[in-house]
Amino acid sequence: MSPVSGPNRRVLVAAGPIVVVLLILPWVVEPYQTVLLSYGLVFAIAALGFNLLLGYTGLLSFGHSAYFGVGAYAVAFTVKYLKVGSMELLLLAGILASALVAAVFGLVCVRYTRIFFGILTLALSQVLWSLAFKFFWVTGGTDGLRVPTPTLLGVSIDAGQDKMAFLAHRYYYYVLVLFVAATAVMWVIVHSPFGKALQAIRDNETRAEFVGVQVWHYRWVAFLISGVFTGLAGALWVPLNGLTTPDILVWNFSGEIVFFTVLGGFKTFAGPIVGAVVFNYLKTFAVGYTVYWQMFLGVVLVTLVLALPTGIMGMVARLSQKWSQKWKRTPAP
Amino acid sequence: MDTLLIHILNSLLYAAVLFLIAGGLSLIYGVMHIVNLAHGNLYAFGAFVAAWTVGLLVGGGTPTPVLYLVLLAGPVVAAALGAVLEPTLLRPLYQRPEEYQLLITFGLLLILEDLIRLIWGPYPLSVSSLFEGMGSLNIGESIYPTYNLAVIVVGGLAAVGLWAFIYRTQFGVVLRATSQNMRMAQAMGVNVNRVYVQAFTLGCFMAGLGGAIVVPQQGAVLGMGVDALILAFVVVVIGGLGSLEGALVGALMVGVVRELGINLFPEVELAVLYLMAAVVLLIRPAGQFGRA
Repeated sequence: MSPVSGPNRRVLVAAGPIVVVLLILPWVVEPYQTVLLSYGLVFAIAALGFNLLLGYTGLLSFGHSAYFGVGAYAVAFTVKYLKVGSMELLLLAGILASALVAAVFGLVCVRYTRIFFGILTLALSQVLWSLAFKFFWVTGGTDGLRVPTPTLLGVSIDAGQDKMAFLAHRYYYYVLVLFVAATAVMWVIVHSPFGKALQAIRDNETRAEFVGVQVWHYRWVAFLISGVFTGLAGALWVPLNGLTTPDILVWNFSGEIVFFTVLGGFKTFAGPIVGAVVFNYLKTFAVGYTVYWQMFLGVVLVTLVLALPTGIMGMVARLSQKWSQKWKRTPAP
Repeated sequence: MDTLLIHILNSLLYAAVLFLIAGGLSLIYGVMHIVNLAHGNLYAFGAFVAAWTVGLLVGGGTPTPVLYLVLLAGPVVAAALGAVLEPTLLRPLYQRPEEYQLLITFGLLLILEDLIRLIWGPYPLSVSSLFEGMGSLNIGESIYPTYNLAVIVVGGLAAVGLWAFIYRTQFGVVLRATSQNMRMAQAMGVNVNRVYVQAFTLGCFMAGLGGAIVVPQQGAVLGMGVDALILAFVVVVIGGLGSLEGALVGALMVGVVRELGINLFPEVELAVLYLMAAVVLLIRPAGQFGRA
């Protein structure tokens, strides 16, 4: 028996070409496109974390901006007060801070489900937002905190190198490697016995409890992992953006995380990734095209909910099924 | 003593406006079990409509008392908007998981936010002449704007009116029956779709009324809806989702804490409010008057 079993091998076969395309992309397209894609990949990490709760555990968090923001602010604080320039240490700071906050908030939130869970996560994320907003002498208030370009694996940006070129090449690969790693880890998590237990809780809490699953404990661990993924995304996002502002802590951003997960389709593993990348393009396009970009996104969201509740991946799955049936019925001559 | 009285009046002022917004939110949740994230935008919509209508008429020879009545254009238009939105956007979703209901109201929030910008532009509208027109009262050695007192009275009247409407009329009975058990009410011959439209419209009317009465005092600005929504959430969570008594008590508590907060601990005022909501959820998840 091969070490990689059936469905896993199929996934590797599908993911391989995508990763290859992503690897050669910076050599083909303009730097701006690569940076844009970096944003998309960063959001995809956040969405993967978010979907562990929504898609796999059945908990809708409306406060995931908190962990993204904590990751980002942890990086900014470490740079500002500890003068750390190494991205690896900054990521560690972001992960530790978001893990801590997610652990505490999780203890509080996982006692509830459904709408109460949503409102509680929202209220707690707003606490952090209001602190970032009001304690301007620490957090820079609405001006935010600037973060200089960090060193990657001990190598700093070449003297005189354009920051855009740095972001479009070295930083892009840095994000890509972490994205692939995060995706792989999440894949392992959701296919492990732990992931199966989460899905059991999602589908029937009472039965899961009877089978011997300690429901709240599993939910708490899922919450923690979810927060850490989103925090990692926040930490990776800071050097791209160059500064952190309270905008990434406010609940509208939580709404966007929910949005892109649903856009991709929260019932599939790849849905949140696709959704995050597509949403990022959609939003960038809309913001550049019209001042009424919120309305555009709102219309997309309403249409999505009413007409395509399974998201992009759900639609793709349905279409491919239809085509493959057609294919079988009319064999090639 | 005078300062204490002024603090109390200020608390009541916040509470009055908050009750109008949160009361509507709670009513909608109580009957339809939908948390309407776009509720704050209906409040903002009411404010903009009221400001715009009064702005058209002001200085045109319309007697001032009529202008105060013209403010009612805000709630009426907000209610009309609600009456259109419920059957078109929300009704298809009642059978679906509540994630979708939250999402569609979030989409609606985004749309309404920009719709306001599209119609009235990015600049604030103000009708401060209505605020100044009422003059002020002397309370001991301090002066207090009469308009603020009027807002408190309107808030109080709205609370009493709503209570009478829900507990003393035929419609109220139907509304409460639907809220308690929708299927049973339907089996008894209640037209649930109609009750839902009416409840949603009434909730939007209250939000619009809240918007209209703050306009003379604060003007109508972009983003007011989202800010108000979050405070209304705090109120509703403290009082209990779906309970009007809860919305009233919650609004009073938040009003008092805000007034204290602005004077004593301005940096953490908002954080304290959100923490209050979180703590209440922890101790009594259904809120003080809720029936989850």
